[in-house]
This record gives sequence, structure tokens and C-alpha cells, in this order.
Amino acid sequence: MKISEILDKNGRTPDKLISSLLEYQNSTLCNYLTEDDLREFAEETGIPLSRISSVASFYSLLSTESRGKYIIQVCYDVPCYVNNSVNIVEELEKNLGIKMGQTTEDELFTLEFSSCLGCCDKAPVMQIGENLYGNLTRDKIISILDSYRRKNNEQ
Amino acid sequence: MNSNELTRKMLTKNFGVINPESIDDYIREGGYSELEKAIKLDGKDIINEIKISDLKGRGGAAFPTGLKMEAVNQADGFPKYIICNADEGEPGNFKDRYLMENDPHQIIEGIIICAFASKINYGYFFIRGEYIKAAKIVENALEQARARGYLGDNILDSGFSFDIEIYTGAGAYVCGEEFSLLATLEGRSGRATYKPPFPTICGLYNKPTQINNVETFCNIPHILKLGGKEFKKIGTVSSTGTKLVCLSGNIRRPGLYEVELGTTIKDIIDELGMGVPRNRKIRMVQLGGASGPVIPESMLQIRLDSDEMRKHDMSFGSGAIIVMDDRIDILDILKRNIQFFHHESCGKCTPCREGLLQILILLDRFIDESAKESDLQLLEILIETISLTSICGLGQAAPTSVKKVLEYFREEFTDRIHTTASAVK
Ligand SMILES: Cc1cc2nc3c(=O)[nH]c(=O)nc-3n(C[C@H](O)[C@H](O)[C@H](O)COP(=O)(O)O)c2cc1C
Ligand code: SF4
Ligand code: FES
Repeated sequence: MKISEILDKNGRTPDKLISSLLEYQNSTLCNYLTEDDLREFAEETGIPLSRISSVASFYSLLSTESRGKYIIQVCYDVPCYVNNSVNIVEELEKNLGIKMGQTTEDELFTLEFSSCLGCCDKAPVMQIGENLYGNLTRDKIISILDSYRRKNNEQ
Repeated sequence: MNSNELTRKMLTKNFGVINPESIDDYIREGGYSELEKAIKLDGKDIINEIKISDLKGRGGAAFPTGLKMEAVNQADGFPKYIICNADEGEPGNFKDRYLMENDPHQIIEGIIICAFASKINYGYFFIRGEYIKAAKIVENALEQARARGYLGDNILDSGFSFDIEIYTGAGAYVCGEEFSLLATLEGRSGRATYKPPFPTICGLYNKPTQINNVETFCNIPHILKLGGKEFKKIGTVSSTGTKLVCLSGNIRRPGLYEVELGTTIKDIIDELGMGVPRNRKIRMVQLGGASGPVIPESMLQIRLDSDEMRKHDMSFGSGAIIVMDDRIDILDILKRNIQFFHHESCGKCTPCREGLLQILILLDRFIDESAKESDLQLLEILIETISLTSICGLGQAAPTSVKKVLEYFREEFTDRIHTTASAVK
């Protein structure tokens, strides 16, 4: 969707800015907002570019750096941490061949830490896009990643 | 007490009983009948009933809800707003997500009753961006409520009009703090500001605004149903009603439980959570979440009761209980806690932004046993400074766990001070 279309739908007032930025970002291929995108938002809404940039860099769900198609967020707060989230991160890094914060070469996955995802009763937990995965084990991770690879191949 | 006697289902009574997507199910279980009654009452009488119940906010700060409602009711200014704070982000908490996903109409009924009591015509349901499923369920529930005439113009032919809009956050823990939440709603980056004035007087767009936690709103219909006096009989003198408890960490049966306030932490862990797996020993328990106090096993008899907790200079916050067994390194856990706050700090004020970083540096010194005696004093001064001089609750509460470890597990620090003796070894 184009920026102007999203703004036509949501409105151009400041209170709609964050949700429109999110909606637009999620519709892009690489899950991020470019300088040009931010400038276009500024022109379309009349909100100063500096303010839009500050919003885009403040919120963790918004990114100004290129990311993969699927963003894997691993919870790293204490309830998950004491349930071996460290091993989960290790397994993910090994399987994907990247380190935390990086994107795979084929631009399919980005690996990120996340604050508590509100599923501590299913620790350790990770989220990929809209999907939450709990009670993670090494085996589960392998099959989850494979399912995303398959899904991508089918598309 | 066994687990059946410990559970007291009030806010969770519909869980698993109703389909959260169906307003008919909610109505079948008696839902919206308190709104139907309330709408014929005088707003002041509703607020009075809440005051009598002595309900205190469930978002962490335990502010008396009736007083907050009264302040908004009496404030000059038009329009007034009401906001449901569903930004749940404190590590260890998931109760608000469960409430939204299992019984959304209960929350909505509570909000409408409060709005009616103070003649508020517009509300926001502020949900954290990560809670995608919860947001969908609430959105659906709002549409259903509108279709039935519980929301919108001239609600139930009372002449009162009110609607609620969903707003989803974009991933920032600090936005759960009232002013930061308001800044986000106004489309600015969510940085906190000094209080007072409080949002009840000067909130959204500088208008009087009532902000309450999800669980707080859920209590409203129950209070009207029972009457403030009956409600007050549940719980203890200083903490009335039930409490949703999020049990997590090293525990056999993690999950959400509803108990009467006044229940001991020990009962919750042993009876509801079935204790620690593989019969390990409990090393430490953290209450409320990352910003909450920690206690040793010897203190588990403490009850969920404001007065009792205050004697130990602590509170139970939003109701999380994080159990940690004897394999943990306490300082490592403290480091995780402080890293969380350092990452989530909005960066506006120096004590929080820089002070937390300094705590991390000091913690590392103790962890690798290169700390000096003076580092301990430095740490204590830092904790005091950050708690006293930070602008908002994030910074003020961030060092709580470190402070409590210094109180209850001091040897964790003193044993790791570098001495010439240990250097020789
Ligand atoms: C950093 C920070 C984060 C907070 N996060 C939340 C939250 O996620 N949900 C919530 O209800 N209250 C949160 N609070 C407390 C709110 O500021 C406020 O006290 C609460 O929403 C009031 O509602 P209550 O009186 O019903 O508890 C937070 C406070 C601080 C300082
Ligand atoms: S205490 Fe921390 S989060 Fe709060 S205003 Fe200061 S820097 Fe921001
Ligand atoms: S700590 Fe991982 S989901 Fe809460």
C-alpha cells in the first residue's frame, strides 16, 4: 500500500501517525522505514520531519534499518531467562547462521531480542510476526524455522 | 489450604465458560446487567459505591480508584477522556492479556460505567503493539457492544453517549506510564514529564482524563453487583477484593491465578504452582515484575496485603510472582533486570539514563570479582539517587531489586569484593 492510501484511510492527524507508520512498515518487503518514507510522511501530514524521525527511532516495533521478511523476537526477560532462553538463542543463531541483531543473507529472517512478550507462563517464548511460540525446545525451533522456510518457498 | 480453597474466581469466572467473541455468552452469564442498572443511577452514587469498596488500582501503584474517579468527576474541563491502560509490559505480567483474550466485555462494561459516572463521552483502549490477538478480540467486542447499543449515541435510551477507540502502541515499556502513554496517544514519542498536575486534571490534550488498568476496570461491575460494603469484605482491611496473580519462573505450574487478597506468597507457590520442579530449593522470589522487590525463601509467609508489605518497605505491584531456584546467580538476574530498564529508559532524565548504565558497570565488577569496598558504597548512593531524582516511575522503581538484594542477600555483594587475600588465592 502507498503511504498516501494509508493516510487517507487512517487520517493525517498526529494521533494516527504511529499506527500509520507501523501499518506502512509492515507492508514493505524489508520491514523498515527509509529516509524517503519518513520524508513522504512529513509532506503528507504536515508534521515536522524531525518529530517523525524521533517517533520512528523511539519505538521498538518501528525500524529504520533494513530487516528480513520474518522477524524473530526472542524474549530475554527473567521468567524466560531462568527457563533457558539462552539455549534458545544459541539454537537460533546456529540454525540461521547469524548472530543476534543480524539478518540472514537471503533476507528471510532477522533475529532480535525482545522484552517480555506477556507469555511468561509458557517460557521460553519467541514471536515471529503475529505468531507466538512458547515452551520452546531445540527440536521445536528447528521445526518452526523449517515451516517458515517452506512457507516462503511455496509463495 | 489446598488449591481449590485458594482460588477465588470473580474476574476470571467466565474464563473457559464463555466464548470471548460472543457478546451473547457474556450477557447470558449476567453481563451488562450492571451497566443497565448503573445508567439509571446518579454518577455520584456510583463513585460513592466504588469509594466504599476501597478498590485500589491494579496497575501497580495501588491508588484508590474511587478517589481518582471523584477527581475526574469534579474537574473542570470539557471534553473529558477515559483510558484503559492495556500496555502491559512489565516482565512477568500477562494478566491483562488473559483478561482481554478471555472476557473482553467485562472490561468494556467497567469502562462504560466509569464513563457514565463522570459524563465522559470518549475513551481509548490502549493496547501494547505486541498483543495482536488481544487487540483483535477487543476490537470485535467493541463492535458487538456498539451494535447492541451499549456504546455509541444515546446508550440504552439514557441520553448518554460514549464510544471507545482502540489504540495500539508500538513497543515501548515506558508508555505504560501515564504521561508517556498520553504523549503516544497524541502522536509524540512517549517521553514522561513531571507530575503534578495529574492526568485527572490535565490529561489527554490537557483535559481531565481517567486512566486505569484493565484489571481495575474489571472490578467495577462486580462492585456494583455486590455493593461496596460486601466487596470490601473480600480480602483484607488494606487490600480489598481479589487479585490476579501471574506465576512464572522456575515453577511446576506457571499460569494465571485469581486469589483473595491476603493470601500468602507461599500458598500461591506451593499449592497453586505446585512448587519448584525437581524438588529444587527456592533461592529468590521477585514480586510485581522487574521493578519489584525480591525476597528470600524465609519471607514467603508474607501476604498480598499492602499494609503488611509496607512494613518491609515493599508492595506487590501488579501481581507477578517470579520464582527462581537455587541454580540462579542472583547478580546475573539483577543485571538482566537493570538491562531491561536501561534499554527501556526514554532517555529524558540523567539519573535514569546514565545512572542505570553505571549500575550495570558496577554489577559487572562484582560479577567478575574485581569490585572494591568503595564500589559497594557507590552502588548504594547510585540506587538512592536514581530512585529519588528520576522523573518518572520507570527510573524511580528500576533499582528496587538491587536495593532489596543488598538488604536480604548482602553477602552476594560482600563475598565478591576483591581483597588481597582472594587475589593471592
Ligand atoms: C514505567 C511504567 C510502566 C507502567 N506500565 C503500566 C502498564 O503496562 N499497565 C498499567 O495498567 N499501568 C502501568 N503503569 C502504571 C500507570 O502509570 C498507572 O499508574 C496505572 O495505569 C493507573 O491505573 P490503576 O490506578 O488502575 O492501577 C506503569 C507505570 C510506570 C511508571
Ligand atoms: S525516569 Fe527514565 S523513563 Fe522516566 S523520564 Fe527519566 S529517563 Fe525517561
Ligand atoms: S519473560 Fe518472556 S514472555 Fe515474559
